[in-house]
Amino acid sequence: MVSLVWLIPALPLLGFVILLLLGPRLGEPASGWLATAMVGAAFVVSLIAFIGLHSRAAHTYTHTYFTWISVGRFQVDFGVLFDPLSSAMILFITGVGALIHLYSIGYMHGDSRYPRFFLYMNLFVFSMLVLVLGDNLLLTFLGWEGVGVCSYFLISFWFEKPANATAGKKAFITNRVGDWGFMVGIFITWFTYGSITYTHFLPVSQSAATTAATFISVMLLIGAVGKSAQIPLYIWLPDAMAGPTPVSALIHAATMVTAGVYLMVRINPVLHAASPWVTTMIAWLGVGTALLAATIAIAQTDIKKVLAYSTISQLGYMFLAVGSGGYWAAIFHMITHAFFKALLFLGAGSVIHGMHDEQDMRRMGALRKLMPITAGTFIVAWLAISGVPPFSGFWSKDEILTYALHKSPALYVVGLFTALLTAFYMSRLVYRIFFGDARWTDPIPGEDPAEERPEVHPHESPWTMTVPLVILAFFAAVAGFINLPFSGSTKWLEDWLSPVTGRYGAELTYSNATIIVLLTISTIVALGGIGLAYLVYLRKRIPAEPFEPELFAKGWYYDIAISDFMGGPGRKMADGLAWFDRTVIDGAVNGIGSAFRGSGNVVRRVQNGYVRTYALGMTIGAVALLVYIFTRVQY
Amino acid sequence: MILATLNDTSYLVLSAMVFCIGAFGVLIRRNPLVMLMCVELMLNAVNLTFVTFGRMLNDISGQVIVFFVLVVAAAEVVVGLGIIVAIARRRPGATADDVSLLRG
Repeated sequence: MVSLVWLIPALPLLGFVILLLLGPRLGEPASGWLATAMVGAAFVVSLIAFIGLHSRAAHTYTHTYFTWISVGRFQVDFGVLFDPLSSAMILFITGVGALIHLYSIGYMHGDSRYPRFFLYMNLFVFSMLVLVLGDNLLLTFLGWEGVGVCSYFLISFWFEKPANATAGKKAFITNRVGDWGFMVGIFITWFTYGSITYTHFLPVSQSAATTAATFISVMLLIGAVGKSAQIPLYIWLPDAMAGPTPVSALIHAATMVTAGVYLMVRINPVLHAASPWVTTMIAWLGVGTALLAATIAIAQTDIKKVLAYSTISQLGYMFLAVGSGGYWAAIFHMITHAFFKALLFLGAGSVIHGMHDEQDMRRMGALRKLMPITAGTFIVAWLAISGVPPFSGFWSKDEILTYALHKSPALYVVGLFTALLTAFYMSRLVYRIFFGDARWTDPIPGEDPAEERPEVHPHESPWTMTVPLVILAFFAAVAGFINLPFSGSTKWLEDWLSPVTGRYGAELTYSNATIIVLLTISTIVALGGIGLAYLVYLRKRIPAEPFEPELFAKGWYYDIAISDFMGGPGRKMADGLAWFDRTVIDGAVNGIGSAFRGSGNVVRRVQNGYVRTYALGMTIGAVALLVYIFTRVQY
Repeated sequence: MILATLNDTSYLVLSAMVFCIGAFGVLIRRNPLVMLMCVELMLNAVNLTFVTFGRMLNDISGQVIVFFVLVVAAAEVVVGLGIIVAIARRRPGATADDVSLLRG
């Protein structure tokens, strides 16, 4: 049963090929159903393979299908590594992916490029599965680039608007900055271990010199930082909201952004072999990103921007877990996050759909009665991400915070404060969309109040959109129960992942009493954030302005600073480099060429075409040889 | 009497003289036909050397090689005459120096 695993990426690839050849002929909605069926079938195969994996030794299945590259001693196989980590990931990638496909059938209704959307979506899922299932760094890199290019296509899907096209380019280029680190990391891995296949170099990772392991870790971290939108490369993710909402759900929840966390968890033995400051840096990087993104999310008014920054913040938590040695906790949060963040994005899409493409939360409110299913499921996701027990986010976030406390109390405090902010800004979002007064046609600051706005009739979405919401809401509520912290026998996920993460992960030795105290603190913090937002945004006892300073709304001016820098000094530097390239490097290459041309021009005069001159040359040569022989050779 | 004084060295001197006549002819004459004949002179001078050495060293190989040279010379004459005829047809009275189209 495990040997079916090749079908998992093959099915979305098949969907992609069919849509490529027949997409326009299939049209709407057949192409959407085909794509959904392919990803759904991949999910079913994943489930079968997952069950089959239980009978394997160490819960690992590897198989090499063919040799991809073979140059000297360097060999890369096209093989699959199906182990607890990749099996856990493909389950939620295909599961959540299928639901998002189903949702897109309704959401993309009437779009002029309907088949092409599903073509990209299937290619995206395929790339992500290659990334996760590949048994070496280069295959992972192949999938890594595949999701990168698909995200570019999907973010700028409505490319008629220049802003969307720019956002796509921004995402792609920012990711390239990180990919540079990934590539160097692969090279150094090869030099250090002589192999880039996980099953070859990970078991011997401790044999490497600390410097080499540190170098590999830092380089791969740069790649992960780009893909998973951490400081300083997070700027592409908020702009990526320009794409259709299901794309935001697919990219920001289930798949692409988690690739960096996956890579870090996959190479955790190398992180262990590296200097200790690497993991400390990862932890602080993660918690710093979490805090920074949470502060920005507080002051955003576009509902998708809030969710984007909240994604960055949650990814920061995953990096915090990786840096603290809680590798399985990072995967745990990744899984729960996939459910509740996909649900949040799809719910936001449903709201945007029902509000006729309005994304500004200042023109929403009181939608609870008109969109009951969307509101109900959104509230489940809100409680999950805020960390209210017993919803899923509570359990996974608390595991991460426990690991952070084990690593350093300072990390714990910052993480806890970020949890407070998370609960606060998510509550703000929910209150302003679903509760309070209807402000559907209100002018927003900076607009002409006298302008007559079209009337809005919010409505609930069709069943293809609400069914995924309900399914996701179920998992967002209960997914936390795959790992309960109280005793060894309820830590199912940690046990399942232990072949991959158990050896080098941090060991927690907290007693049950301590754990209950920590859980209580988390609960109080979450409820405190929600309560504060209730007072500010619903009861309006406290003015909202101090909570939304300009600094936060503008994202700490980081994005603007980058743009200004790249537009000014950066541009000059690039011009200088271009000049250097044109004159010095091109000059050297062209100079060698013209030197040969010049000398050829001189030498060619010898070939004058007169037979007798050639004969004279031969004669002189022969005579010279004779003279040499007679004078130099001893008899 | 004269024949009696002819020893092996005389043949070698003769062949050297014939070779030099041929070589100078190739170098100084411009008529392609004469140049070809001079090349033949050089070849046959070499043949004479081979035969002489074959006799001096009492080795048959020297005479055997002459046959090879003759065959190559015949082939060379065929090609050379073919080229000369072709040139003479297109440009009657052309000398070797007029045919310098392949100059660099």
